[in-house]
Amino acid sequence: MPNTRILWLIWLGLALAATAVLSTALTSSPAMFQSGELTDGHHQFGVSCSACHTEPFGGGPVIEKACRDCHQADLAHADDSHPDRKFTDPRNASLLERIDARKCVTCHTEHRPDRTHGAGVTIPKNFCIECHSDVGSERPSHQGASFKTCAGSGCHNFHDNRALYEAFLERHMDQPPLLDSPFRLPRGDYHAEAPLTASDADGESLDDSRVLDEWALSAHARGDVNCRDCHAPAGEWTDRVEKNVCAECHEQEMDGFIKGRHGMRAAVADHTLLVADARLPMKSEAVGRRPGCNQCHSDHDYDTRRAAATSCLECHDDEHSRNWRDSPHGQLWQSELDGRAPKGSGVACATCHMPRQEHRGTVTVEHNQNAFLRPVETMGREVCMQCHGLPFSLDSLADDELLKNNFQGPPGVRVESFDWVRERLDRSD
Amino acid sequence: MGGIMRTLVFFLLAVILPVGCGGGSSNDAGVKHQQITDALFSVMEADRQVYADLIVHRLENEEGVIKTSEHWRDDKALILPAEMFRYGAERVSESDAAVSYALISPWPINSQNNARTDVEKVGIKALAENPDTPYYATETLAGQHYFTALYPDRAVSQACIQCHNDHRDSPRDDFELDEVMGAIVIRLPLEKWGGRRSVRLE
Repeated sequence: MPNTRILWLIWLGLALAATAVLSTALTSSPAMFQSGELTDGHHQFGVSCSACHTEPFGGGPVIEKACRDCHQADLAHADDSHPDRKFTDPRNASLLERIDARKCVTCHTEHRPDRTHGAGVTIPKNFCIECHSDVGSERPSHQGASFKTCAGSGCHNFHDNRALYEAFLERHMDQPPLLDSPFRLPRGDYHAEAPLTASDADGESLDDSRVLDEWALSAHARGDVNCRDCHAPAGEWTDRVEKNVCAECHEQEMDGFIKGRHGMRAAVADHTLLVADARLPMKSEAVGRRPGCNQCHSDHDYDTRRAAATSCLECHDDEHSRNWRDSPHGQLWQSELDGRAPKGSGVACATCHMPRQEHRGTVTVEHNQNAFLRPVETMGREVCMQCHGLPFSLDSLADDELLKNNFQGPPGVRVESFDWVRERLDRSD
Repeated sequence: MGGIMRTLVFFLLAVILPVGCGGGSSNDAGVKHQQITDALFSVMEADRQVYADLIVHRLENEEGVIKTSEHWRDDKALILPAEMFRYGAERVSESDAAVSYALISPWPINSQNNARTDVEKVGIKALAENPDTPYYATETLAGQHYFTALYPDRAVSQACIQCHNDHRDSPRDDFELDEVMGAIVIRLPLEKWGGRRSVRLE
C-alpha cells in the first residue's frame, strides 16, 4: 500500500509539473500548439492565439469576426468587388451551396500551409468557375482560358479591382511607358510661425551638441516641437521616448505602421517583430533590431530622406532591395541627393512602398508598407502611374524577374487585358 | 365515457379552436403579404424615380453640373439610379429587416442579374405578358420559405434608357421610355411573416 501511495504522489507531481510547463509554453511559445504554420500575413500574430481565437471554442463565427475586425475597413476602402452583402440575397442560395462566399474562412483558412497559395487563399485557384462558368459566352476573349488564370497578374482580383476594371484599362490603355508629365505629391511640411532654434531647447540632457544640432535642423524644431514635448509629455523627463508619444501627433502614420508588416506585432504584443523572426531575407547585422519610429527615422534629425531608403537597406537583404541602388530608380534617387536632378524626381524605397497620399488637402506618408501590395496591381494605379503609363506598369508588375532585379530593363511580360479591351472596342464599333 | 369526453374536449381545444381563431391558412394573412410587398414596391419605385428625375436628370441633363457614372468613385460622379437601388438592397440585406429585394432583367448588363430562381424565371415571363399585374408566388430557397413578389421595372427616366441603350454590355439598344426593362423582386421570409401556412395567394 505505501508503494501505491508513493506512485500516486509521483504521478500527481508529474501531472502538475507538466501542467505548469505547458501553461508557460502556451503563453510564451504558443506556436508549438499550432496545428500548422501561419501565413506570411499572420505569422507575426503567432505570439498570441487570441489575436484571432478571441474566445475559446468559439468556432467559425469568432474567427469570422476577427477577420472583419482587422480587414473590413481595408476591404471597404478597396471598394470590395465581392463583399458578403452581394451574397446574402436569398436568390443566391444556389451559388452559396457551391461556395459560401459570405465567409472569409471559405477561401482563407489558416494553419494549412500545404494548400495555401497567393494572398492566403486555400481553395483551388479555379474557384471563380462556381459563379462565372458562363463567362465565355459574355466575353469571347475568355473562351478557352483556364479558370486558374482569372486572378493572374493584370486580370482580376476577388476583392480589389481598382486598377483592373475594364473601364479603367480602357481609359489608360494608350498611355506611353513614361508619362510626359510625371506627377508627384509634394512633401507635406508644417512650419510654425516662430520656428524653434537651438537656444530655445528646453531639454535636460543637452550635453551632446550633436543631438542639439540635429534637432535644431529638424522638422520638429520648425514645427515648434521642443525637447520636453517628446521626452516629458506627462511632466517627468525620460531619455527614451515611447512610440505612443509619437502617435500623439503622428496618429495617421502610427495607424499605418501598426497595420503593416513593420508594426503589426505591436498590435498583439508589447513590441514589434524582431528582425531575426522576419520571413524575408534580412541582413545578419540587423537581426537583433525591432522596427520602430527611431529605427527608420534617427533620433533627433528625423531625416526622412534617410528613412526613405538607407534605413530600409540596413535590414532588408532580398534581391529586389539589393538591386535597387543600381536600378534606374536608385540612380534617379542618388542624382536627386547629389543635386544633379530636380527635387522630387528620385525614386527611393519609400516612394513606392510608403507613398505620399493626399486627403482633403493634407499630404501624409502611408506607413503601412503593405497597403499597395494586396494585390500588387494596386501599386500600379497608386504609385507607378505617377510616372508611367498603366500598360507599362502592369506589365512590369507581372514580370517576376523584373521585380527581382528592381526594374533594370523593360518588362518581358505582356498583360493581355489591354488587347482584349481593344478587341471589344473594335467589335462594338 | 370519461375517457371519450376527455378526448373530445382535447380535440376541441387543440384543433377546432385554433383553426376557428385563424391559426391556420386565412384570407387576412395571405392578403397581408401582398399588401406588404405592394407597399414596399411603392416606396422603392417612388424613391428611385425621385432620384432619377430630380437628381440625375435635372443635374446631369438639364443643369449640366455633374455626370452620372457607373464608376462614380473614380469619376467623382453621381451613382446611377440602378446602383442607388442595388446599394439600398445590399444595405437592407445587412440589417435585420425581414425583407430582401433585387433588380433583375432578361436583358441585364451584368449576367448575374438575370432571372435565377424558378419563380423569377416564370415571374419575369408573366410580367412580359401582363406588365400591369404583379406576380406573386412562394418558393423555397436553401430550406427557407419565401413569399416572393415581382413587379415591373419600367424605364421611368431618360437616364435609364440612355445608359442601357449606350452600354457596351447591354443586350439591347432600343429601350424606350416607360418600357418594362426588368423586374423588382421582393422576398419576405415566411418564418418571420406568419409562417408558411399563413400565405394564401390571390
